[in-house]
Amino acid sequence: MTVTGEARPRLEPPTVLPTERSRKRRRRRDLAGYIFLLPWFGGVLLTFVPFCISLYLAFTDYDLLTPPTFTGLDNITQMLNDTRLHNSLVVTFTYTFVSVPLSLAAALGVAVLLNRGMRGLPLYRSIFYLPSLLGGSVAIVMLWRAIFGADGIVNHVLGLFGVEAGSWIQNPDTAMGVLISLQVWTFGSPMVIFLAALRQVPQELYEAAAVDGARKWRRFVSITMPMISPVIFFNLVLSLIGALQTFTQGFVMSNGTGGPAGSTMFYNLYLYQQGFTNFNMGYASAMAWLLLLIIAAFTGINFFAQKYWVHYES
Amino acid sequence: MATITERLTVRKPRRRRAVESFDEMHVKPWTRFARHLIVIAIGAIMMYPLLWLLAASFKPDSDIFGSLSIWPSEWDFSHYTDAWTALEKPFQVFLLNSLLLAVLSIVGNLISCGMAAYAFSRLDFRGRKFMFALMLSTLMLPSQVLLVPQYVIFAQLGWLNTYLPLLVPTFLATNAFFIFLMVQFMRALPRELDDAARIDGCGSFGIFFRIIVPLCMPAFATTAIFTFIGSWNEFFGPLLYLTNQDLYTVPLALKQFMNTEGQSSWGQIFAMSVVSLAPVVGFFLAGQKYLINGIATTGLK
Repeated sequence: MTVTGEARPRLEPPTVLPTERSRKRRRRRDLAGYIFLLPWFGGVLLTFVPFCISLYLAFTDYDLLTPPTFTGLDNITQMLNDTRLHNSLVVTFTYTFVSVPLSLAAALGVAVLLNRGMRGLPLYRSIFYLPSLLGGSVAIVMLWRAIFGADGIVNHVLGLFGVEAGSWIQNPDTAMGVLISLQVWTFGSPMVIFLAALRQVPQELYEAAAVDGARKWRRFVSITMPMISPVIFFNLVLSLIGALQTFTQGFVMSNGTGGPAGSTMFYNLYLYQQGFTNFNMGYASAMAWLLLLIIAAFTGINFFAQKYWVHYES
Repeated sequence: MATITERLTVRKPRRRRAVESFDEMHVKPWTRFARHLIVIAIGAIMMYPLLWLLAASFKPDSDIFGSLSIWPSEWDFSHYTDAWTALEKPFQVFLLNSLLLAVLSIVGNLISCGMAAYAFSRLDFRGRKFMFALMLSTLMLPSQVLLVPQYVIFAQLGWLNTYLPLLVPTFLATNAFFIFLMVQFMRALPRELDDAARIDGCGSFGIFFRIIVPLCMPAFATTAIFTFIGSWNEFFGPLLYLTNQDLYTVPLALKQFMNTEGQSSWGQIFAMSVVSLAPVVGFFLAGQKYLINGIATTGLK
């Protein structure tokens, strides 16, 4: 799944001096492209202008009602001392670094299990995929609240084994686990991508390896993993970016408070509270830029590290 | 494209389907059986919460948390009728609001992203490479960075408590994912079609409407379904921009149940949850071919 810039080499203009006619044709060709891009140009404006304003606001004190006042690095020093912000980073990183590997491992495991020309594959695939379309919705987060509540079905099942437990939502030690379980439940969408990638692996490689005496596990490690590593990489980058921006789950699970005891206070939830509950819009902008830097750093690390484990067929 | 060997395996008398994998050929029947069993077990665990939700919405309140059953012992439809009118507005208001937003978002994304994708994939113009790179780079841009300034701009335009902050971006091709998906699809169409149409006197616009759009229906279907599901589930945007209850979408209305009713009426919450999830499940069942092909080609969620 490489992003190629060009499908075919671009037609270079003739090297001879352009005639009036060819210049006119070229201008008309450019114009057609720009006309089709008109809506997108509007979108670029709607992205680029706020992008610049946001960078400025990050260094200001702004409450929406009075004009922003430039405060230099005040927001940054405040962020360095803001323990609630530090907590939200810990919450977000915990969530990301536990749920992303777990859901990718589940996705890959089930994809490998399914990728055997199995009868009923389309049905199984649909069943595993459906939750990933529902997982981000308010209804499902509320369902998870009910399932893991004091009187929920999880505790009923545990009760059958004689285990007594309180609400998993109200307990700061377990609330994060509930959210992670919700994220893992939605492993279907990376799974479908893995399934597509597994189909691309040439079967001759397995046959050749089997002739050489490679067992199943060996074939998986030495053939499957390298061959689909670009797709694992792709899924990893996307899942990390997505998980770092989690909002709805924390908001609905805690009624917008990030509780109990800040255990579901995701970075984005804290940003929302700062910006739109306390109207510290300058501080919220500074937080958004920190998030951008964090995402850029993780993506950069991923791209740097890929040369050690991602295998591209030349 | 089916190769000759694949066709031969299809015709094998005792196997009705193509053997797709090397391992499958050497697997013992009981291993295959065990594998089905594992897959079914995982699938059952994943489906259980949804089935339990559906059943719980029909159970009397006293019965909901008492049983793990996914079949109500007695059917009680009162949660649906009660919850429908429990909020300040009847629930169809929220359903229609969500539907309106979803349909207009689909229209916006199809038009604007389709046009941009056509330009990027099949037209040649100065600055194309740079613009394409710019478009791809916005895939990684977290929307929070734009949040505060966009809110301020929309507020100054007087767009708070309207659907414009949610809809205008869809008409401006701000979703790079869909542009990318359509670009991938359009690139795969043979160039000879354009050349032939050009010889026959078609301009760029004629080619777009007469050739590209009809051939790109699968990509458009994928975009439409993803847009529908995304818009239907969208929580943050409406939470930010809509405070007037008349304009609430289904997710905001559901959230309202949590605020007003507390834990006492889980049955009603479940009933309206089922109502809110049903369209997504319906779209999924109707369009799963496009969804699965779509995420397989772009990795879209």
